Amino acid sequence: MELAHTADVEAFRAEARAWLRARVPARPLPSLETAEGFAAHREWEALLHADRWSVVSWPEEYGGRGVDIVKWLVFEEEYWAAGAPGRVSQNGINLLAPTLFDHASPQQRARVLPSMASGEVIWAQAWSEPESGSDLASLTSRAVRTEGGWLLTGQKTWSSRAAFADRAFGIFRTDPDAPKPHQGLTYLMFDLRAPGVTVRPIGRLDGKPAFAELFLDRVFVPDEDVIGEPGQGWRIAMSTTGNERGLTLRSPGRFLAAADRLVGLWRAHGDPSDTALRDRVADAVVGARAYELFTWANASRFAAGAAIGAESSLNKVFWSQYDIALHETALDLLGADAELADGEWAEPWVFSLAGPIYAGTNEIQRDIIAERLLGLPKGRR
Amino acid sequence: MRFLPTDEQSDFARTLRSLLGAAEVPAAVRAWAAGDAVPGRALWSRLAGTGLFALAVPEAYEGAGLLPLELSLGFVELGRAGVPGPVVESAAVSVLLAELADGALAERFLPGLARGETSATLTLPGGSPYALDADAATYCFTVSRAGELRLLGGAREPVRSTDPARRLSLPPAGPGGGGELLAAGPAVVRAAGAAGRWARLLTAAQCLGVGEALLARTVEYAKQRTQFKAPIGAFQAVKHRLADTLLDLEFARPLVWAAALSPGPGEVAAAKLAAGEASYRAAMTALQFHGAVGYTEELDLSLWLRKARPLRDAWGTPSACRAEVLRSLTPPRR
Repeated sequence: MELAHTADVEAFRAEARAWLRARVPARPLPSLETAEGFAAHREWEALLHADRWSVVSWPEEYGGRGVDIVKWLVFEEEYWAAGAPGRVSQNGINLLAPTLFDHASPQQRARVLPSMASGEVIWAQAWSEPESGSDLASLTSRAVRTEGGWLLTGQKTWSSRAAFADRAFGIFRTDPDAPKPHQGLTYLMFDLRAPGVTVRPIGRLDGKPAFAELFLDRVFVPDEDVIGEPGQGWRIAMSTTGNERGLTLRSPGRFLAAADRLVGLWRAHGDPSDTALRDRVADAVVGARAYELFTWANASRFAAGAAIGAESSLNKVFWSQYDIALHETALDLLGADAELADGEWAEPWVFSLAGPIYAGTNEIQRDIIAERLLGLPKGRR
Repeated sequence: MRFLPTDEQSDFARTLRSLLGAAEVPAAVRAWAAGDAVPGRALWSRLAGTGLFALAVPEAYEGAGLLPLELSLGFVELGRAGVPGPVVESAAVSVLLAELADGALAERFLPGLARGETSATLTLPGGSPYALDADAATYCFTVSRAGELRLLGGAREPVRSTDPARRLSLPPAGPGGGGELLAAGPAVVRAAGAAGRWARLLTAAQCLGVGEALLARTVEYAKQRTQFKAPIGAFQAVKHRLADTLLDLEFARPLVWAAALSPGPGEVAAAKLAAGEASYRAAMTALQFHGAVGYTEELDLSLWLRKARPLRDAWGTPSACRAEVLRSLTPPRR
């Protein structure tokens, strides 16, 4: 057992660090949940891509560097430690791309991945529907066969980034008569500017349109935008949600950097006599370290051939709770200034509040942990 | 980077686990609590056969070298089985004497400790004032604030612990502290610091094992205990709390590994904090879900329930560990 990296990994770290130090914007970009910020972030994605830092783990032919999970984690550490901007392309890179690598045709990969890597096409996820959140398999939006493709009709909601994104991916019911709700679903990609699509931005708690409702009225999708076989959408989508709950969405580097900033805030603003708050700062430091180490142990398991399983539910509950606790601690350190909407910690706090809700609510994750990892009996949800 | 136990390390833990699983440890714990150390000593000598105690002793004195990682994996198993006695303290004394590098002292005590023929207990400045299991241990060591290492003899005043299997006593106080003066000075202070860190690390490992035992027993119970015509483990309120217990333990485990790999003060404190809290919360969950039957001393569960709280506080309370974590951040990491 060891935690030391090889010289090769450390050289990669040094290269990434030097690149990031030279190019990370001195001032934070405007929020990516605004039109102005979306444009600025698109430019940042293009800059990253120009030197093949936008998708380091992808094969070189799609704009990546083909690095393994260890180097990816190291890159993420450096990325967040450098204070680099949040990734506006994250839905595509973290959710759609792994699906494409596992289930798409080579032609689809060649068509979709390069423009995703460069930020030229920003993807939104279109999973949930008004009556289908945690019970996603109950979704009713339909895709009906037509010549050369499918016609989408229905409504999607809570579609992250859809207010400003270019394209979306999701699952649709193609066989309403299938015996079980998980069957007869198809995974496909569609254009948010296609005829028949209406995008209604939804303001989240801080008013920023971080997601949107999508109204679909006979939207044409060509066959080439179906991923995998029609009817296999559920299985394909589930392989994606494992990625979402797992470490791709929240790499430890992000929390290590946030905990460092929190310690800095505590040193600057902390009341030495407030030991309760001091204890929460210590807990944030320990939590980031625990998450980092848990991830390294998992990376070692993956390197030894293990697949991502129900353990990703442990990950998801941990980081989502940790994220809120860390940001609440920061707000408590700020005192009266905590309520200032443009403060450095305000938007990340609002963002953290969604963690236990999306990517499968924490209630559902705890059911998975209890049933699949502890072997407890299934019960009523 | 390969942050997983090697096959040899896992095999060692498995060997201990199966040995302890077959050893009727609960009976030994109950005897130990009643003042009969014979079954406990028998258990101790079987453990010695695995080489466990040699892992805290340098090779020059019949040890296997100071191997904190292997020792920690072993101590998880001691916690899981609920092994009684001054296991942490004996290892800490071995480390103290090894770090002191006084050939005569090392020759006098270390080979016996490495072979598991002798055991030792220890009090250190900044730790608990109570010596654990001094009545059963072969030796009782103490280090004073001034840096005097003494070997104490004679009867001591007993003090009851909430865990009857932890037999406490107050070493004689007063000027000089009594007993045989073995060494003194800055070297003792340094060696005591190392011993204290190892004691904290191994207690963290023990906590992890205690927490895992509590969770495993509670999961089994929740599967078979029915209420309202369903196993209680099918109720979401029960499931979710057990899921959180697993979460606590799974995120404490790599902290213990990392601290064993590099036993600096901050790493060790983080491991102890997380493992101690996880274990105690596992105890509270176990108690709740076993209901009234869990609130009895007849059920073997009580052996772990009563241990979780003292171990959480032994060799570093959560508060002390949090303070150490923040102290160790200076200068800032990045």
